[in-house]
Amino acid sequence: MAIPLKYNLRNLRVRWRSTIATALGIALTVAVFVMVMALARGLKATYVNTGDARNLLVMRKGSTAESSSQIERSKVLRFKYHDEIARNERGDPVASPEIIVLIQLDRIDGGNANVLVRGIGPIGLELRPNVKLVEGRLFQPGLAECIVSRKIAARFAHCRVGETFRAGKRTWRVAGIFDATKTTYESEIWTDADEVREAFSRSFYGSVLLRPTDEAAGAALIKRLEVNKDLFVRVLPESEYYKEQTKNAGPIQFMGGFLAIIMSIGAAFAAMNTMYAAVGARTREIGTLRVLGFRRRDIYLSFLLESVLLALVGGGLGCLASLPINGLATGTMSWTTFSEVAFEFRITGELLLKGMTFAVVMGVLGGLLPARVAAQKPVLDALRSV
Amino acid sequence: MDQAIVQIRELSKLYRHGDIEVVALNSISLDIGRGEFVALMGPSGSGKSTLLHIIAGIDRPTSGRCVVEGTDVSELGETALAAWRKQHVGFVFQTFNLIPVLTAFENVELPLLLTGLSGRERRDHVEAALELVGLADRMKHLPRQLSGGQEQRVAIARALVTDPTLLVADEPTGNLDAHSAAEVLGLLQTLNSAAGKTVVMVTHDPKAAAHAKRMVHLEKGELLNGGGS
Repeated sequence: MAIPLKYNLRNLRVRWRSTIATALGIALTVAVFVMVMALARGLKATYVNTGDARNLLVMRKGSTAESSSQIERSKVLRFKYHDEIARNERGDPVASPEIIVLIQLDRIDGGNANVLVRGIGPIGLELRPNVKLVEGRLFQPGLAECIVSRKIAARFAHCRVGETFRAGKRTWRVAGIFDATKTTYESEIWTDADEVREAFSRSFYGSVLLRPTDEAAGAALIKRLEVNKDLFVRVLPESEYYKEQTKNAGPIQFMGGFLAIIMSIGAAFAAMNTMYAAVGARTREIGTLRVLGFRRRDIYLSFLLESVLLALVGGGLGCLASLPINGLATGTMSWTTFSEVAFEFRITGELLLKGMTFAVVMGVLGGLLPARVAAQKPVLDALRSV
Repeated sequence: MDQAIVQIRELSKLYRHGDIEVVALNSISLDIGRGEFVALMGPSGSGKSTLLHIIAGIDRPTSGRCVVEGTDVSELGETALAAWRKQHVGFVFQTFNLIPVLTAFENVELPLLLTGLSGRERRDHVEAALELVGLADRMKHLPRQLSGGQEQRVAIARALVTDPTLLVADEPTGNLDAHSAAEVLGLLQTLNSAAGKTVVMVTHDPKAAAHAKRMVHLEKGELLNGGGS
């Protein structure tokens, strides 16, 4: 059996001031790491939640986002009535030609931000059963009406039911508020697609969202549309499209990772400093342990373990500190649409585990050299130290 | 003399400080029999502590042999020496050297953690050792809650608990008042006479040395009177 763990635990407790100071440094780093990753995850989850696997999205070939796609109205009419597309109870094809434009709105708390306006076809809402009207009524085409998401209503001025705002050639009236919790729609304003085209002088749609009758029909439709060189479109399941959009979380993840790594270097040095001090203060103990028959390896492991324990205390504190942001809602800029995307921080058990692992890595890095110094002290020299 | 448990032959130890060579031990030969209580005496710098360290396997001679119970300690490698120490040597320090964060019980238990004993067996051994040094009622005390004399007795219990071949003490009374010193020396004497432990003690205090059965005087790295008392 090696040197007992209680030896390390009690030493950490005895020099509690330096233990706490070092643990706080590690805690801060772990908290930043967990929070940034929670942010990236929340953002990703929002995108993933948005797509419905039953729907297909038609965009211009080569487009990676709806905002950069254009499909002429004449082309839409050429495939809108294909047999593979489902019909609703009124016999209309379940397909919604859509267009998105970016407008600037004033925030309630000052400043302004880009907001996405989505023009949808009459069937657009049917294709998105997770979106529900919670106040007012649906917009009526031709009357310059719109519906806004609950988050938009809460964050932007003139966006409550009955209020109006200017955008494009029109003054839009808010007819209703919808709830699209945990999807990117939560950051959008919806109105009639043809009215958007007119108000913003667009001759084309951006994309078409449609529902095939079943999976097989969907596969057939993808083939049928994509081989048609004339149409020049790309068709993919809506869920896949939004999965692609998760790359929006990339820059945040990168920045966060970068920040966490820089901070972790500092925290590892703090741990190293603490452990060097501990080794220095306990040199005679090390000599005594060696005389009792403990090997260099035992000493090495013991001090390394102490550094890891110290880091675990810090990691635990850091995870606790990050927990309150779980579920917290906020918004960030989307790099593909340049509009605001609302999302919630998501802290999972797996993320906390990663945070703790991160702490352990800092502990190991901080403890390696001091533990080596401790293990390599010649027994007699160690015994003679005061 | 009984059968020799320690056989030292032409043992020398040189220290080098830059260009200057210091002779700590100069070709010493000495036998220590089983069950002896030997006091190594001499002024500071006489080499008595160096000799003790070599016997205890925490220092190495420059030349010569030191055979303890058939093993030439001077030939063992680092790891083998550590293993040999835990089996054959119980060391008592002048400054007690208890681990401050561990209780008396836990301090005495430390060397047993290197054996294959079960938790229960370890507890029995530790309790017996602390009983022997008269501190059965102080098991849960931390070193700072004990007096110097009590700390040294815990250290003796720690040295004894593995039932080593040799009990080695380096100025064990150097940091104690007269009363505690007498107690500790009495204990070493009892361990030697009643339990048959072989004790090698370094001291420069003639009163302490008087408790030993035999005195060995060193001066300038050499034995006086050929190691006789």
